[in-house]
Amino acid sequence: MIITEQQVWDWLTDVKDPEVPALSILDLGIVRRVVVEEDKVAITITPTYSGCPAMDVISISIRMALAGHGVKNVAVDMQLSPAWTTDWMTEDGKRKLKEYGIAPPNRKAFSSLGLFEEEGITCPRCDSEDTELVSRYGPTSCKALYKCNSCKEPFEHFKCH
Amino acid sequence: MKLPYVLRLADDALILSQRLGEWTGHGPILEQDIALTNAALDHIGRARSLYQYAADLFNSLPQDEKSKAFTSVALQQIVSSGAPLTEDNLAYLRDGWDFRNVLLAERANIDWAYTVARNFFLDAFHYFYFTALVKCSDTTLSAIAEKSLKEVTYHLKWSSEWVIRLGDGTDESHSKMQEAIDETWPYTGELFQPSDYETAMQQEIGAPGLDAVRSQWIERVNAILTEATLNVPKEAWMHRGGKEGIHSEELGYMLAEMQYMQRTYPGMEW
Ligand SMILES: [Zn+2]
Repeated sequence: MIITEQQVWDWLTDVKDPEVPALSILDLGIVRRVVVEEDKVAITITPTYSGCPAMDVISISIRMALAGHGVKNVAVDMQLSPAWTTDWMTEDGKRKLKEYGIAPPNRKAFSSLGLFEEEGITCPRCDSEDTELVSRYGPTSCKALYKCNSCKEPFEHFKCH
Repeated sequence: MKLPYVLRLADDALILSQRLGEWTGHGPILEQDIALTNAALDHIGRARSLYQYAADLFNSLPQDEKSKAFTSVALQQIVSSGAPLTEDNLAYLRDGWDFRNVLLAERANIDWAYTVARNFFLDAFHYFYFTALVKCSDTTLSAIAEKSLKEVTYHLKWSSEWVIRLGDGTDESHSKMQEAIDETWPYTGELFQPSDYETAMQQEIGAPGLDAVRSQWIERVNAILTEATLNVPKEAWMHRGGKEGIHSEELGYMLAEMQYMQRTYPGMEW
């Protein structure tokens, strides 16, 4: 069997983020490299957050997805630098996030120490700009909690990182 | 000298993470309970990267140095069997005096104000320390610092906001926050007292100079405390010892709880 790198990239679109299943790992922008050598495939991914428990699941999902295409010899490596940023999320990924009900990261990520800042997050349900930060931290490392003052619904924001 | 240096960074992360984990299910409101456990997860992630690196450094030592490195019987047995050490071995099987975290990291949570004060002092330290560590010549440490800096930036925002919210809040929250700042302050000096291995690593890999980190840290702490209408503590006698393995009683209780399972059922998995 001859495998091409393009095929592997195509197969990776089936590997979803276990915590946000609307997104593939390609939408998230965490796949750094795919190298094919005969029947061996080496994939380098980068963690979103250092302690993100999804990374182990993602490694397993990659192996299973490739095994489904008959590729058994798979190495998944983790690379920390350069650090992942939400700027690497694809535009398509941001659209899928919004449809899923999560406000996508909306600005270029930077390390400002601005306190009590208003980020101007748009409600993913009614598109109102009148929203309020409830908590900097949410149910997973990558999300913060907001509420919409127009439609009154709470929602999650995939925070800029 | 690199092994104790990497362990010192790893131990700070693990011990702080374990302390924050103690808040799970006990936070004053659900969102803040979640906030602390999220931060704990970031610290444990950094600890894992550092322990993996420390294990690699340890495993490449000559055998006689390996058997002298740690006192615990459980580790000695693994070393004499010839098996390599893992990140988990380093976290779960070392004895208290082989931990090199600063005393500030092991300080008990006590209450919300004390937790905020300890986190604020440590987050501010990590922020400036990792900013400098990114520039060191060790590529593994530089990558870990680069990754952690983004997370620590977020932690520092959170703890700074709480210092301000409580300090510039009600009379009661103000006095509790001031007390927590004053009582925690004597544990901050150790952060900037270099150990032998930190000095050696400054020479060898360009690790951050603690004097430079200290002046940035003081400036930030002053700014936040002033904003919070709190008094900046005066010069005080400072505790030290953690970096050399001399710890408070509190660490012993924490390790007893944290290490119990792996010591009692070696190699146990979920
Ligand atoms: Zn809305």
